[in-house]
Amino acid sequence: MKEAVHIGANPATEPDLEELVGLVALGDEKAFASVYDIVAGPVLGVVRAVLRDRAQSEEVAQEVLVEVWRTAPRFRADRGTAMNWILTLGHRRAVDRVRSVEAAAARDHKAALLARTPEFDEVTEQVEARLEREQVRRCLRTLTEIQRQAVTLAYYRGLTYRQVAEALALPLGTVKTRLRDGLIRLRDCLGVTA
Amino acid sequence: MITADLHLLTGAYAVDALSDDERAVFERHLLDCEACAQETAELTAAAARLGLAVTETPRPALREQVLRSITTVRQDAPGGPAVPRASGAAARNRALSRWALAACVAAAATFGGTTIWQHQRAEDAINRADRAEQATDGVTAVLAAPDARTRVARLADGATGTVVVSHSRDRAVFAVSGMASPPSGKVYQLWFDDAGTMRSAGLMAPGSGDQTVLLKGAVDGASGMGITVEPAGGSDRPSGAPIALMELPA
Ligand SMILES: [Zn+2]
Repeated sequence: MKEAVHIGANPATEPDLEELVGLVALGDEKAFASVYDIVAGPVLGVVRAVLRDRAQSEEVAQEVLVEVWRTAPRFRADRGTAMNWILTLGHRRAVDRVRSVEAAAARDHKAALLARTPEFDEVTEQVEARLEREQVRRCLRTLTEIQRQAVTLAYYRGLTYRQVAEALALPLGTVKTRLRDGLIRLRDCLGVTA
Repeated sequence: MITADLHLLTGAYAVDALSDDERAVFERHLLDCEACAQETAELTAAAARLGLAVTETPRPALREQVLRSITTVRQDAPGGPAVPRASGAAARNRALSRWALAACVAAAATFGGTTIWQHQRAEDAINRADRAEQATDGVTAVLAAPDARTRVARLADGATGTVVVSHSRDRAVFAVSGMASPPSGKVYQLWFDDAGTMRSAGLMAPGSGDQTVLLKGAVDGASGMGITVEPAGGSDRPSGAPIALMELPA
């Protein structure tokens, strides 16, 4: 369960994140500082990919990191790695923010969508250009064009599959399927075991 | 949404591409579909790799801000999922003991069809248990145990029961809210279910529909717990069918 995501090039020399989160669960602020040092960069990266705006991203990243502190006692190592838990939390909060901003703006849904998506080709390229991990970049290339676009728009831009379908002019069922088989291919390429 | 469609949503769920409503429906599906639960865990892990790949270096000031703000943030009590997640379908699918079936029948008879309904949201009951003034050291020790596991059940009449087990401490805590008073002259008695044999785990305090109780005695491998209505002072063995029965968290 723990091999899914390694932090750094040589995981063996890194502090064990699960162990640190266990200490955080007991209220250990020093351990939390170490957790921060490991996860703050990835959390900010995820949030920023979705929100783009730097100030807003830092605000959400801060909320996520504080939530890690608050909810650490509920973390269950038997359900996945701590990094997965934290990045899932970060992505969820970033997406929540995007959607609440959309709703608050009370804009026509379509107008909001169009404002964000016409340049999706560019978006996809930008994201790929920023990938720091050669392995992820390589594995993304093993996806079909549609799989890659769907996964990228959903994950890095926080679009719902309905919005992805609209942006790519594809049926809803196709997008659901492509998100699934695209991620399956990614999982297999990356050797992720959950 | 029909079930066949639900199985296809693992990918969309893993990248947070479902609407809130669909997310809720799918999370309910995850409780009953082991295949989707497993696949969702794997695809969520794969998605996290996409996140890791875009790491950014935060300003040093962010570190100070975060480390400062946590000093004023109270941590949650253990138990319950840290994020909505699939879990425990296998545990729930385990065949109920005959005693449990009897309990369901009895509950249906007594409460007009309401039977035990399990879900994964422990927050409310746990937070309440955490706040409970009467929480003894024993209760706190179980709730704070690193291996504390939680299960929530909706009991008859809209009451909610939460059972927290720490296997390292071999003790269990039961918290209930909104429970009706027992009939006059009666008490609620708690029991451990040892493969169909009931072992007394103490009495609930009379007169309070919201309470947190440390179950008497060790868990000792019990698979579930139940509640019966007994004469004041309690009984050595259940005198009737249980009004509620919960599996203990694995
Ligand atoms: Zn399924």
